[in-house]
Amino acid sequence: MHTLNELKCTFPARSENERFARTMVCAFAAQLDPTVEELADLRTAVSEAVTNCIVHGYRDSGDGTVAVTVRLLPQHMIYVRISDKGCGIEDIGQAMQPLWSSAPEEERAGLGFTVMQSFTDSLTVRSRSGCGTTVIMRKKIQQGAAHDGG
Amino acid sequence: MLELKQEENQLVAMLSGEIDHHRAREIRETIDFAVREQLPPIVILDFRNVTFMDSSGIGLIMGRAHLLEETGGTLEVHHPSAQIRKVMRLSGADRFAVIRNQ
Repeated sequence: MHTLNELKCTFPARSENERFARTMVCAFAAQLDPTVEELADLRTAVSEAVTNCIVHGYRDSGDGTVAVTVRLLPQHMIYVRISDKGCGIEDIGQAMQPLWSSAPEEERAGLGFTVMQSFTDSLTVRSRSGCGTTVIMRKKIQQGAAHDGG
Repeated sequence: MLELKQEENQLVAMLSGEIDHHRAREIRETIDFAVREQLPPIVILDFRNVTFMDSSGIGLIMGRAHLLEETGGTLEVHHPSAQIRKVMRLSGADRFAVIRNQ
């Protein structure tokens, strides 16, 4: 699909970058004039995906790189691709089950994929054991909704 | 970023800013230390100054609920924003804590 605008960024897989990553994606999406709720949904979904790369992809080691691509597509669609070159997911079906976590000792609620799925319009996960994981999310921004009733 | 207030029979944790995986560990360690030391009958997590929370916050709430089960206390969540309530609804976190908005 024709890309109208694009932002690409890579950063070290350290937890202090989680905030930077979700803020950056939301700053890019702001050009579509989203509602407060749409922006909060996007912020939360991106936070989950980036945290997954850091906590699960690289096992909280602080090594490795997270890559984020954000695109503005026609019809007010935001495309977000978040990937790592970490350990990968052996069983995607199991990982996407609500409340299942491979790191319960870290008090991960096991809700990352559930949040991504619920707060965006589509979620695609590709992973290969030992090679890494890529998450692609799409969210449609209801143009003009921010001004309804105003 | 986290202020603990010990009142008569309750411990109030005033949370603030953005709660994510990066900040959750320090918050939970601070609260757990106080809970184990003071054994309060009620622990209140006050979210009025929290501007963002992802599912790391759900882990924080569920983990404290389990700790209080152990110590015989109850957990209350006060003043969560619309965004925080939405994340909590997904997880069914209302089963783990009493939620109050007043």
